[in-house]
Formats: sequence, structure tokens, C-alpha cells
Amino acid sequence: MAVRVPILRQGSHLIASIQEELTDSDILNLQTRILDEVVKRQADGVIIDVGALDVIDSFGTRTLAEIAAAVQLRGAKMVIVGIQPEVALSMVLLGLTLDSVPTMLDLDAGIAELKGSAQ
Amino acid sequence: MKRAAIAEVQQVNVQHDGDVVLARQMGRQMAMDLGFSKADQALIATAISELARNIVNYATHGTVEMHPITNSRDTGIHVVVSDVGPGIDDIEAAMADGFSTGRSLGLGLPGTKRIVDEFDIQSTPGEGVTITIVKWKLR
Repeated sequence: MAVRVPILRQGSHLIASIQEELTDSDILNLQTRILDEVVKRQADGVIIDVGALDVIDSFGTRTLAEIAAAVQLRGAKMVIVGIQPEVALSMVLLGLTLDSVPTMLDLDAGIAELKGSAQ
Repeated sequence: MKRAAIAEVQQVNVQHDGDVVLARQMGRQMAMDLGFSKADQALIATAISELARNIVNYATHGTVEMHPITNSRDTGIHVVVSDVGPGIDDIEAAMADGFSTGRSLGLGLPGTKRIVDEFDIQSTPGEGVTITIVKWKLR
């Protein structure tokens, strides 16, 4: 069954909080919805919370980087928060990095990062 | 010597992307049951995810089959990922970082090889691919 990740609004920011494992189609669906919402809400910042993900493999990493790149082209900023330590380690060993996307420890740090960059 | 009960052979038929999630969750669970560290559980799940996705992306259908193995010293997980599909013409090229015939980073196969202890790939062009990986538990 398809998983629909909730996208919440907080001021001028959008927060997508992933709650369970996503299939590739679910991630692509999230990509489309985030970009739609950024335009519709004129958001200037997006936070994706990936804390619930046990695996972020090459497809997941690539799609997250693509979402960030598209969000940035809209003049908004994206932050990824909550990457689990084991997940971070597997990403590094697999050869995956998210160089172009700021990553923060948790949601609070992510919100602070977006607020800081707006000043 | 007393030994913990070890799970049986597990198999997932893979055709859709939902099956990829199922296969990697099964691998993580088996790794957890066998007492692998959290880091190794994540590596096993990630390796299975990469290999199972190749079935969905490049082949018609396939299977992921896993079972615990033991030798005189260690416990490990043995995973066979096989598909029915076009196969790989040039395995050496496919194992090189950055090589991809599809829309990907080209890190799937070489990356997966880096995060497991044993990696074997066999392919007959026109028939399919069989990849066998083993991850041993660090003591």
C-alpha cells in the first residue's frame, strides 16, 4: 500500500516527516508533492525528517539530493534532519554523500538552520 | 555447546518496489535475530536493497533468498539475489564505480561489494544475474 508522507506547514516552512519505510514510488511521490507545495505555499524552507528510515540507499540518496536541488532552484532552502547513525555509516561506506544538502541532527536544529539562513 | 535457535531459509519474490522493502526488512530482522550489531544490520539491509532494486529496474522478476550460515568460528548471513532478465554483458564494467546503464549513480554493485564480506556475481546474457553475498558477524 502506498505511503503518503504528511507535509506540514510551519510559517513559511514545510516539514515532511517520514514515519515509516518508503518504497521507491513513495519517495518519488513525496518528491512531486514537496515541489508542488513549495510553489503553492511559496515556502522558503523545507525540512525532511528521515529519522524513521532504517535504510537510505543509492536511490533514496539520489532522490533526496534531487528534491533539494529543485527546492533550491525555487529560491528555497532544504535541510535533511534525523539521519540515524547506522544509516549514515552505511551511506558513507556505500560511497553516498549528500554534499549539496545541509543535514542536521534533529528537527529543532533544522528549524534553527532555516531561520538562521533567512537573516 | 548451546546455540541459539537460528531462523530458517527466508525467500522473497521480487517484482515490484514494495518487494524491495520487504526483502531488506527480512534481512534486517534475520541480522537482528542473529545478534549482528545495529551498524551491520543497516549494512545488510542496504546491500539487499541495492541488489533487489536491480531486479525491479533491470529484470522481469527474481528472488532474494537468505539464510544464516556458520563455520567453526563465526555466524553470518548468506544472501542469494537472482533474477530472470537480460543479464549483464560486461560484469567488469558493471562492477566499476560510476558505471550505469540505467538512471542511477552507478554505485549499486561496487558499493554493495564494499559493504559485505563476500561477493560473487554470475550472469548469462539473455538469462539473468545471480549475486551471492555473505556478511559475517564481528565478534
